Amino acid sequence: MDQDVVQRVKSDPNYQKLKSTRSKFGWTLTWAMMIVYYGFTLLVAFNKEFMGSRIGDGVMTWGIPLGLFVILFTIVITGIYVRRANREYDELSDAIKAKVGAA
Amino acid sequence: MSRVHTSAALALLAAAGIAHAAPDLGQGVKQATNWTAIIMFAVFVVGTLFITKWAAAKTRSASDFYTAGGGITGFQNGLAIAGDFMSAASFLGISAAVFLDGFDGLIYAIGFLVGWPVITFLMAERLRNLGRFTFADVASYRFAQKPIRVFAASGTLVVVAFYLIAQMVGAGQLIKLLFGLDYWIAVVLVGALMMVYVLFGGMTATTWVQIIKAVLLLSGASFMAFSVLAQYNFSPSQLFQTATELHAKGDAIMGPGSFIKDPISAISFGMALMFGTAGLPHILMRFFTVPSAKEARKSVLWATTWIGYFYILTFIIGFGAIVLVGTNPAFKDAAGALLGGNNMAAVHLAQAVGGDVFLGFISAVAFATILAVVAGLTLSGASAVSHDLYATVFKKGQATSENELKVSKITTICLGIIAVLLGIAFEKQNVAFMVSLAFAIAASANFPVLFMSVLWKDCTTRGATVGGFLGLATAVALTVLSKSVWVDVLGNSAAIFPYASPAIFSMAIGFFGIWIFSITDKGTRARIDRAGFEAQEVRAETGIGAAGASAH
Repeated sequence: MDQDVVQRVKSDPNYQKLKSTRSKFGWTLTWAMMIVYYGFTLLVAFNKEFMGSRIGDGVMTWGIPLGLFVILFTIVITGIYVRRANREYDELSDAIKAKVGAA
Repeated sequence: MSRVHTSAALALLAAAGIAHAAPDLGQGVKQATNWTAIIMFAVFVVGTLFITKWAAAKTRSASDFYTAGGGITGFQNGLAIAGDFMSAASFLGISAAVFLDGFDGLIYAIGFLVGWPVITFLMAERLRNLGRFTFADVASYRFAQKPIRVFAASGTLVVVAFYLIAQMVGAGQLIKLLFGLDYWIAVVLVGALMMVYVLFGGMTATTWVQIIKAVLLLSGASFMAFSVLAQYNFSPSQLFQTATELHAKGDAIMGPGSFIKDPISAISFGMALMFGTAGLPHILMRFFTVPSAKEARKSVLWATTWIGYFYILTFIIGFGAIVLVGTNPAFKDAAGALLGGNNMAAVHLAQAVGGDVFLGFISAVAFATILAVVAGLTLSGASAVSHDLYATVFKKGQATSENELKVSKITTICLGIIAVLLGIAFEKQNVAFMVSLAFAIAASANFPVLFMSVLWKDCTTRGATVGGFLGLATAVALTVLSKSVWVDVLGNSAAIFPYASPAIFSMAIGFFGIWIFSITDKGTRARIDRAGFEAQEVRAETGIGAAGASAH
């Protein structure tokens, strides 16, 4: 890519906005995912009694709904990012591309 | 192989727990010839060969061969990625783990899923914007081509080799159990069919085979889970209640058992699965088959959804097997062990809920699964050789698309033959460590190089190459010294490396290596590498200059 295009894109406020909001949002969600997953893993490693203890009168334990929660959380958090990216971020990148006249 | 051996291997698997990233298929016992399964599989093969014929007509350039011309939609690609992940080992192995230990099986399943959001948030769009055919295109974007390509091709081929051996051995064991045919027939059949798909149909055929298999597997598993729940008025608590009453371990199946031994192993294993997913070459390659960053994002969302749904199904199937298979003497031998070993839990359940025809269907799908995964692996190995080594390193980017395609096809044939030979050579070996090793290498070598080259301005050619190789070597060395190889394969009495997965150490060494060898790098090349970051970043963020779908 030619250096002139690079500089023009870099000076575009839309580019700065795209870069900073996307990076911030991406890392926030990454940390959220890590906390949920490693939190679950550490709970299994350190507090087996809690995970195996019953919630109510039935045989259902805390571990199973928590495990299913991690699975659903993984899907939902991915969905949240993709939804925002496909609207907001693509609009910004299209605006940037239009400005520099690139395809 | 005796049945005792099978159950011993599985008991070991259960006890060793997190030593294995994917439950292996163990050593199977040859069953009576199952004609329903063989006929259904034959139907699948004929169908996929027609697709290959159709795909062959569309596969003319190297771009068609590697990436299906970039014309796959996000939804299709999502199913194909899910197909790559829903292997026979995860279907039969996770349901068997649930059948044996209940809750512990769920821990496995979760580990395989959590890497996807991380790929989506940090990598997917950037990969799509920077790469063309292989992940090396991305990693080497601003670096000296030769060293990074050599590293990336090594990382790819090592990961592919271990993954491939595990799949081939799994195919051989499975065919004895499911079809009642000999081990070598399976290995040769998988090798030959896979070569046909890849050689003639390239990425288009490989993707469609994977999509069809994913749909069949998801439908079959959905039907099984539905049938199990239907017997308990769609009340999971009734199912769990009955399971705890019938299972030998009683209430213990509802909580964590022996699967996670110590916190370091648990975290290390989790890291291998989470970041390994973001470094598997046959998965990364799929991001180049879609036309835009938007479709790349959609494909990961679909993949995550299908894989998550599938693991919930396997959990229900495992519990279904506890109540419907574990109690039925028809599925057991005189000693009370499951016929064909515990990995047959899901297969027996298929018979219990759907009779012989459905049993044949599930058997055929399980085998088709291996075939599809093997085709994807081979394609990614072939592109590393032809695109990274031949076209970029050897021909310095001057190779014609025609010659590159020719080299890919020759490599495909070589890889096919090597896979068959290795599959036969490893028949009696314990290959359980191989998939987890593949994940550990992907997490410790491929992922750090990819991550640092895309996101860290000061990364240099020297840093990425040296750090990448250090991560690779550490992951292999620590795995050899761990229980799964040092004790289970080499027969020593105690493991030198005490943890179940090397990832926490080997990833750290990979990242540290890249950092230290980059910041101390003051050469001319290092200046060029750093200066190239700006342009790379602009393209990674916006996609300006990235290749779209090729015109068809």
